[in-house]
Amino acid sequence: MNEQELRDLVRSTLTRVMGDPAFDAPPAGSTGPARPSQVAAVDPGEIPDIRAVDYRQVYAVPNPANPEGFQRIKATTWARLGQGRCGPRYTTAAVLRFLADNATAMDAVFNDVSDDVIARLGLFSVQTVCQSRDDFLTYPDKGAQFDPAVLAEIKAKCQPNPQVQVFVADGLSSTAVEANVPALLPAFEQGLKLKGLTMGTPFFVKYGRVRSMEPISEALGATVTCVLIGERPGLATAESLSAYLAYQARVGMSEALRTCLSNIHREGTNAAEAGAHLAELAAEIIRQKASGIDLQTA
Amino acid sequence: MKLTTSLNGVTYRFTGIPDVLAKANEPKAGDRLQGIAAHTASERVAAKVVLSELTVGDLTENPTVPFDDDEVTRVNWEGLNQTGYQSKKNMTIGELREWVLSHDTTPDELKRSGRSFTGEVAAAVAKIMTAMDLVYAASKIHHTTHCRTEIGQPGTLSYRCQPNSTTDDPDAILLGVMEGLTFGCGDACIGINPVNDDAANTKRIADPLFDFMCQWGVPTQLVVLSHVTTQMEALRHGAPLSMVFQSIAGTQAANDDFGVNKALLQEAYELARTQGTCQGPNLLYFETGQGSEVSIGRDCGVDEMTLEARTYGFGRYFRPFMVNNVTGFIGPETIYDGKEMIRGNLEDHFMGKFLGLPMGMAPCWTNHTSITMDDQQMATMLLSMAGANYFMGVPLADDVMLAYQDTSYHDDATLRELLGRTPAPEFHQWMMSLDLIDERGVLTKRAGDGSIFLK
Repeated sequence: MNEQELRDLVRSTLTRVMGDPAFDAPPAGSTGPARPSQVAAVDPGEIPDIRAVDYRQVYAVPNPANPEGFQRIKATTWARLGQGRCGPRYTTAAVLRFLADNATAMDAVFNDVSDDVIARLGLFSVQTVCQSRDDFLTYPDKGAQFDPAVLAEIKAKCQPNPQVQVFVADGLSSTAVEANVPALLPAFEQGLKLKGLTMGTPFFVKYGRVRSMEPISEALGATVTCVLIGERPGLATAESLSAYLAYQARVGMSEALRTCLSNIHREGTNAAEAGAHLAELAAEIIRQKASGIDLQTA
Repeated sequence: MKLTTSLNGVTYRFTGIPDVLAKANEPKAGDRLQGIAAHTASERVAAKVVLSELTVGDLTENPTVPFDDDEVTRVNWEGLNQTGYQSKKNMTIGELREWVLSHDTTPDELKRSGRSFTGEVAAAVAKIMTAMDLVYAASKIHHTTHCRTEIGQPGTLSYRCQPNSTTDDPDAILLGVMEGLTFGCGDACIGINPVNDDAANTKRIADPLFDFMCQWGVPTQLVVLSHVTTQMEALRHGAPLSMVFQSIAGTQAANDDFGVNKALLQEAYELARTQGTCQGPNLLYFETGQGSEVSIGRDCGVDEMTLEARTYGFGRYFRPFMVNNVTGFIGPETIYDGKEMIRGNLEDHFMGKFLGLPMGMAPCWTNHTSITMDDQQMATMLLSMAGANYFMGVPLADDVMLAYQDTSYHDDATLRELLGRTPAPEFHQWMMSLDLIDERGVLTKRAGDGSIFLK
C-alpha cells in the first residue's frame, strides 16, 4: 500500500466513524443560532478580597428560628458555624473561603522567606543540612543540624560570646517571618539597650527548627539564645510567629528549659510589643541564670 | 520460616519479621524517617512475597517487640482466644488473605475470628491487600457496641460531634453542638477536646452539654477528651460523662509517654461503670494513629502500620464503645501526602475491624502537607463504602482548637445520603420527631439551623 492509498483508507475509516465532515457542515448561507461574542466585556473593577470578610459575621442560614441568639454567640468564635448549605454541601462562598484560608496556610509553609526581606533586615543567611523544603518537612531532626563549614561561617561572621544571640528561622511559616520580624527585631534590640544589654549579630537560618538554637548557642558561647520562628499555620492565621529563649542552650537540652512566647501576630501579641517583651524576658533569664520551667515568673 | 526470596534473579534477604513487615509496607514517610522502608519497588514486593509465606503462628509467636519488655505485646497475646488461634496458626498470611476475602467466609465467621489474631497478623495480611481488598474485606465485618445507645448496626452511619473551642467556652461549644445535631451529627457521641486539662474544666464543659441532652432528650453519649486520669477525677466529682477517652499507642514506651497502661484503663472502666451516666457494657473510647510512636521516638524500630495494628490489639482488650484513628494528624514526617493518607486510613479501618474493634475513622490533614480537602474527601468516601462505624463532625471541616482539618457536618449528611444510611435508630427517631431528617436519612429544609434549640 503506498502513501496515498493509506491516506485514502484512513480518511474513509474516519468518515465512517465520525461522519462525513462535508455532509455535517451547515449548508452555505444558512443562519444558525448567533455565535457567542469572541470578545468578553472586561469590567475594570475588582472582586473584593474574600479573606477580608469576617466570617463570624456571615450568617447564611435561611429563615432561622432564632437568629439574634445564634448570631450573638457565633460572633464570639472562629468556628465556621451558620455558613448555610446547598443540599447537604457547602455554599460557594463558604467553600471558596475555606480553600483561600488553606491556600494561605500552605503558601506560608511551602514558600521561602524572600531574599529582599532578609537583605532589608541586614541579615546574612545560612542553611541547615536540609537540602530542600521537602527534606526539612519530612526529617525534623535535620532542621537542627549544620555542616561544620556553616557553623564556622556563623562563628566568623558573629560577635563571640554575646549576651543575647538572636536569629530568625523560617520554621513552618515564611509569612510569619515576613509579617513580624521587620517590626520586632528593632524593638527587641532597643529594649535590650534600655536594659544595658547587647544583642549579638543576628542572622537568618533557612530550613530551621526550634532546636537549631542549640548548636548555634554552643558555637557562639551565647548567654541567652533566642530564635524567632514561623509557627505551623492554622486556617485563621498564617502569620503567627513564636520566640523561644534558653539560658546557655546546649545540644540535647530538655524541651522544658525553653521559655516560649507564641502567637506573635496582628491579632495576638503585635510584633513591636513582642520585641519589648522579649527584651524583658531575656534580661530576666540573665538575672536568674535560668529559663523554661526553671525561670521564676513574677 | 523463610526470610529470603528472589525476583528476576535478584536475591532479597530480610533480617527478621520486623524487617519483612517494614519493607512490605506501602510507602510511608514515618518508615522512611526511621530508615526501615523498602529501597525499591521490587524489594517491597519481595517482602510481600516472603510475608505471604509466613504463618499466623510465626507472626504471633515472634512479636515485633519482645513479650517480656512490652505490655502492648502481652495484652495482644492475652486478648487471644486460644481455640481460635490454634485453628488458624498454621495458615500462611497468603492463605489468610484469601480466607478473609472468600465468599465462603461469612461475616459472622470473620467477626468471631477477631480474637484469633494479634496486631502483627492483622498488619501482615493488610500489607498484601490492595485498596479494594481492604475496602471489601472490611465491609464484611460489623461490630455493634452499646453505651447509652447502640452504634455500628448495618445500614447506619454515625458521627461524633466535635465543635471544639479555643477558649473552652461552653456557649460556643453548645452552639456548635446545636448546629451539628441538626445536620445529624452526634449520634456516636458529643465529644469535646478541652484546651485546659484539669478535672474542674472537664466538668465545666460537660455539665451544660449534659443539661442540654436531658432537656431535649438527645439519645447519645457525652465525653470530654482530657487525659484519662483527669476524666477519672472529674467522674469522682460528679461530671456527667458517658464514657472515658484515652489516646493509646503500639508500644509500652509510647503508652508510658501518654501516661496510660492496662491497669489504669481497667480502673477507668470500673469507674465509668460505677460513676458514669451510662449502662454500657462498652464504656471506653480510644484514639490511635499511624506515626504516633515514631513522632516521639518510641517506635522500637517497628514500622508505623504494624504499630497501629498492635495498638488495636491492645485496645480491644478493654471492649471500647468506639475507636478511631487520626492518621494524618501529625504531619508529613509520618504521612507524606494524600496517597499515603488514603492508604493508611483504609489499612487502619480494615485492621481494626479484623481484630474486632468498632472502628470509626478520622481521615484528616494539617496545613504543612500537600494533602488537600479533595484527598480527605476521597478517603472518607472510600471508608464509608468500607463500612466505617462513624466519622467526626467539625464545623466546615476546620477544627479551630486542634488546628487541623477533619470531616464536617456537611460531609456527614452527604455520606448518609450517598450511601443510603441512616443515623443510629434512637437518634434517627429523635431527629424525625424534630422534623430534621426523613425516613431514609436525608435532611429536611429545617436541618442546618442550630437556632431551633435556642427557642
